[in-house]
Amino acid sequence: MNIRLLVNGSPVELDVPGMRRLLDVLREDLGLTGTKEGCGEGECGACSVILDGQVVDACLVPMSQVDGSTVRTVEGLARRPARSPDRRLDELQAAFLATGGAQCGICTPGMLMAARAYIDAGGGPDEDAIREAIAGNLCRCTGYTKIVEAIAQAATPQAEV
Amino acid sequence: MPVEPRLEVPRTLDEAFATLATAPHRPIAGGTDVMVQITGEIGPAPDRMIDLWRLEELRGIALDGDVLTLGALTTYTDIRRSAVCREHVPALVDAAATIGAAQIQNRGTLGGNVANASPAGDTLPVLLATDAEIVVGGARGERTIPVTEFWVAYRKTGLAPDELVLRVRIPLPAGREVRFRKIGTRRAQAISKVVMALAWRDGGRGWSDVRLALGSVADRPIRARTTERALEGRRPTAETADRAATTLAGEIEPIDDVRSTADYRKVVAARVLHRLVRDAGGW
Amino acid sequence: MTIRTEPRRTGSPVAPGTGAPDALLLHPGEIAPGRARTRGPLRREGPEKLTGEAKYADDLVFPGAWFGATVRSTQAHARLLGIDLGEDFDWSKVVVVTAADIPGENIVSLISDDQPVLVPVGGEIQHHAEPLVLIAAPDRETLRAAKRALTVRTEPLPPVFDPIASEHVFAHYEIEAGDLDAGFAGADLVLEGTYRVGHQEQLYIENNAMIAVPREDGGVTLHGSLQCPYYVHKALKRALALDDVRAQVIQAETGGGFGGKEEYPSILAIHAALLALKCRKPVRMIYDRHEDIAATTKRHPAIVSHRTGVKRDGTLVAQDIEIVMDGGAYSTLTPVVLSRGAIHAGGPYRCPNIRIRARATRTNTPPNGAFRGFGAPQTEFAAETHLNRLADALGIGPLDIRRRNVYRTGDTTPTGQVLLESVAGEEVLERGAEAAEFERLLERSARARTKAGGSRSSSPLATGPVRRASGIGLALAWHGAGFTGSGEVKLASVASVELTAAGQIRILTASTEMGQGTKTIFPQLVADALDVPYEAVEIAPQDTAFVPDSGPTVASRTAMVVGGLCIKAAERLRATVESATGGTFAATYRDHARQSGGVRIDQKFEPYPGVHFDDETYRGDAYPAFGWASCVAEVEVDLDTGEVAVTNVVAVDDVGRVIHETLAEGQVEGGTLQAIGYATIEEMKLHDGRYLNDRLATYLIPTALDAPRITAILVEAPFSGAPHRAKGVGELPMDVGAPAVVAAIHDATGAWIHELPATPERILAALGATTAAPSPTVPAGRRRVEGAIRAPIDEGTDPRPDAPTDPQPLRGPQK
Repeated sequence: MNIRLLVNGSPVELDVPGMRRLLDVLREDLGLTGTKEGCGEGECGACSVILDGQVVDACLVPMSQVDGSTVRTVEGLARRPARSPDRRLDELQAAFLATGGAQCGICTPGMLMAARAYIDAGGGPDEDAIREAIAGNLCRCTGYTKIVEAIAQAATPQAEV
Repeated sequence: MPVEPRLEVPRTLDEAFATLATAPHRPIAGGTDVMVQITGEIGPAPDRMIDLWRLEELRGIALDGDVLTLGALTTYTDIRRSAVCREHVPALVDAAATIGAAQIQNRGTLGGNVANASPAGDTLPVLLATDAEIVVGGARGERTIPVTEFWVAYRKTGLAPDELVLRVRIPLPAGREVRFRKIGTRRAQAISKVVMALAWRDGGRGWSDVRLALGSVADRPIRARTTERALEGRRPTAETADRAATTLAGEIEPIDDVRSTADYRKVVAARVLHRLVRDAGGW
Repeated sequence: MTIRTEPRRTGSPVAPGTGAPDALLLHPGEIAPGRARTRGPLRREGPEKLTGEAKYADDLVFPGAWFGATVRSTQAHARLLGIDLGEDFDWSKVVVVTAADIPGENIVSLISDDQPVLVPVGGEIQHHAEPLVLIAAPDRETLRAAKRALTVRTEPLPPVFDPIASEHVFAHYEIEAGDLDAGFAGADLVLEGTYRVGHQEQLYIENNAMIAVPREDGGVTLHGSLQCPYYVHKALKRALALDDVRAQVIQAETGGGFGGKEEYPSILAIHAALLALKCRKPVRMIYDRHEDIAATTKRHPAIVSHRTGVKRDGTLVAQDIEIVMDGGAYSTLTPVVLSRGAIHAGGPYRCPNIRIRARATRTNTPPNGAFRGFGAPQTEFAAETHLNRLADALGIGPLDIRRRNVYRTGDTTPTGQVLLESVAGEEVLERGAEAAEFERLLERSARARTKAGGSRSSSPLATGPVRRASGIGLALAWHGAGFTGSGEVKLASVASVELTAAGQIRILTASTEMGQGTKTIFPQLVADALDVPYEAVEIAPQDTAFVPDSGPTVASRTAMVVGGLCIKAAERLRATVESATGGTFAATYRDHARQSGGVRIDQKFEPYPGVHFDDETYRGDAYPAFGWASCVAEVEVDLDTGEVAVTNVVAVDDVGRVIHETLAEGQVEGGTLQAIGYATIEEMKLHDGRYLNDRLATYLIPTALDAPRITAILVEAPFSGAPHRAKGVGELPMDVGAPAVVAAIHDATGAWIHELPATPERILAALGATTAAPSPTVPAGRRRVEGAIRAPIDEGTDPRPDAPTDPQPLRGPQK
């Protein structure tokens, strides 16, 4: 099938089987390996991306359903690549770095996308609401404490850069 | 290793019906169940699939007098956000809120929950308790199946191979109360051990039109009719609660499985019912 | 929050005193000049992880790479009779590797040589999911078809699943002190108890992954997710008959390990390498979650029995402890896990008369291995729960009984070790109780119980007026720092600090970063020692071609031991440069590097002075120092359903010295939640030796909604044997969380749960609401009630986990 979509603001056109997973297209066809596969069954959230404004598990989305859609991945959050001299992380990423919200980092891309969707939808620093927003993102390293702290920090209005 | 079966992508419902009339196609909506089932690891992947996601005719929530109609592609997020659902069937909103987490709720659909026919489907007891109807259709036309006749065996529905779930109709009789409770292993992303919906109308002289539906205690979602009869016409007193709980424990025959035990399910189902009656009775 | 503890010294310190005041030891309120106590530098590799640029194994691209897969046993015990390649498949399109193709020894090198890389034809399959045959293909479809076309012929053998009944013993230890009979004779109360803990899956969010790339020189380079590059290196050399150079191991960014990637990656590396050498292409072997859970190591299940004598005032006078651990099918690290479990089995308490008998046996289940805590969480769960029961029986508070018995400086452990310094059991106990308001909350729940008491309905099917009960529980633990006994001496680790000719400062160690912050704290320690900015110190990638063997990244030894080596190497480097230049290192090192062509300092581990352990008799100093931890957990139990919500946890951990506050807190918070999961929802059931909870939908770890609020408090009781006084933090929090939760459940409900996880099913059974509780030694299938599902599911295996039997993707075609 011919599929056209926007990925991190850039138009992309592909000819792929309709049932090919969005996750595989991102990682293999587009080389955007930031989105991770932890389980392939929509349980861990490591593959979370923002699809048309909503956080979804990319391992559960077939390409036929994203024709004309907008996809945001972790690579689209920062204003510049990490290694470039004028690298700038967005306020959510910066908060994760400052609080220690990322340890091994494998859950981090998905976690950031769930948090970004939550904040973009108007989510605030309420801890219970934050925990519900990331309940679909498993983390084994942090105990979630510093993740919640980081999201609360980024969700607090004066944190907007 | 993911598989990539052949996929038809109809743009209209009629196109979908025409495709299904030619040969069986495994439908996919939000993908939250189907994408896990078709990996090819466990048994053969389907030869042909049909993607329903573009069929706008299957979307929408409409209130028409005393019937609430939800399109099959209504997602759990749609249900949670719908003012109409929150006002008229809050138990359905409660159920939707217990499914998975944000990622699953944004894609999982009511029609999918219905068609997947898992005994643990979380919205299904609410549909049973509210006397819902499933409207299905195909090239041969539409028909309405009462939800009590829809799930015919373990993971089997009354759908013909050329039919799709189109919408769910929920009647909204005046004065009906519905309560929902799910017992899962953790607070999100959990398949239920026991899931229950209880509905009644209270005219002041005892409960009428009692409906008690459960999931995860049989091979399909069920109505516990014997227990309903124990509640019908009664006030929600301690005696009623005790009798209903005992009746329910005797009526259901759950199994041991990876998640829980038959014993636990029986006792907890009885207690959940007892608590619901107690809370309703305020004692 | 960090609290500094006055070091208490009653005897000679472990390290010989220099006479000069130790600038690293701070007294409360003091700040040493030049050592600003900030939170620590931002995580070195943090930005890449946050932007998605960090490359984990599956992110690495090797053009032309093939895909590898493992054909595994679907039986727990059988003889492998033959391997048949189906006629309808073109086998020239793929490569197949069997045991006969192994160029070196068909052994996974670790401790005992009992585990084969692949079961040979004619050999014995010892566990479900055991690797039999490897296949590599240019694409996934071909690989899938090849797997379907390959069948194995087996003859079943009788399996053993009960570790108590099993007669094949991997290891056994006996630790004795004092006179047990005399101790019991003097007891006012004797209490017995048996405690069981099940498997726990490490559940790193990144599955095991390896990519093998064949080299021009006939060797192979492995890129993978791993904790111990040199374990993998050694195993590759042996199985593939390669030398140090031609076997090369490079750690990729690793998405969690927790011990689950300590020894298992060696097997996967050998598999990928065998395939790569045969097809002469890079081979990717990336497990999916189901295979990872089904086939890799887990925490050892254990049955721990206590018989304990106490005085009326709570003083321990006799401890008789028996431990049986289930090693699974092969020995792997079992002897060391059992050893640690045994040494810690009495808990952090003084008891003059003690006997600990421990054995680990073989069962026909997948081999168990390392998981954070490494034997201690199992035995300390039993010790703490038993002590809480003793307190209850005596009518003494759980805090008081610990105050009475906790080790103090100068006490002697069961192996005869005198605790000379760095003893903080009392400190962490008091800090935890205070921070959690333990005594006040304990009294509050006692009052609530009295008020509610007796109002519960007599019928188990009815509810009481009170739906939820709160409870609070406390536990205390010790955890030996570093390797047991002479382990560290045997490792003979080396860490290096190099000043390159170009003037860069580089740290060379094999210690891996997997989230705990190795790549941040090593530069921090070296920068401090050299008095240069943090940014000036680099850390080389973990590549066996370049870095020395600093030992495995396990046992909470990274900061303590290897960090210590880095400091010493840096100090020597500084001395070398300063004596050569006459100026400070910071001012002169760049010029000196250019002029001298660079300097490399290799620092080898030197035994801690005064630390002696006899491996034969198991007497002496088991560890150079111990870490201490307490945990106070608050729960809310739904009395209708037995569901437990852990609402608040205070975790206090003594780490010797805090090198990086945020990273140390992160370890405490993460380890605590893993312990909470162990206590509540992480259940692994088996049927015929096969794991039933083999997907993320059925093996459950806590989500953010399940996780409690965790308050981490760091205490510092410095260890003088390490140059930075640090003792390690990773595993300590794992030892205390579970018994604290179980104690809280008792406080809320009155029920003692002797088995982990303390599931709602077990809680309702303990409360008498249900008639029988499930036991892990009873196969699930046997207890199935013939219920509404009357017809067998004959459409094939059901993919959804709510089926009565879970799907068996590893049930391949079999004759």
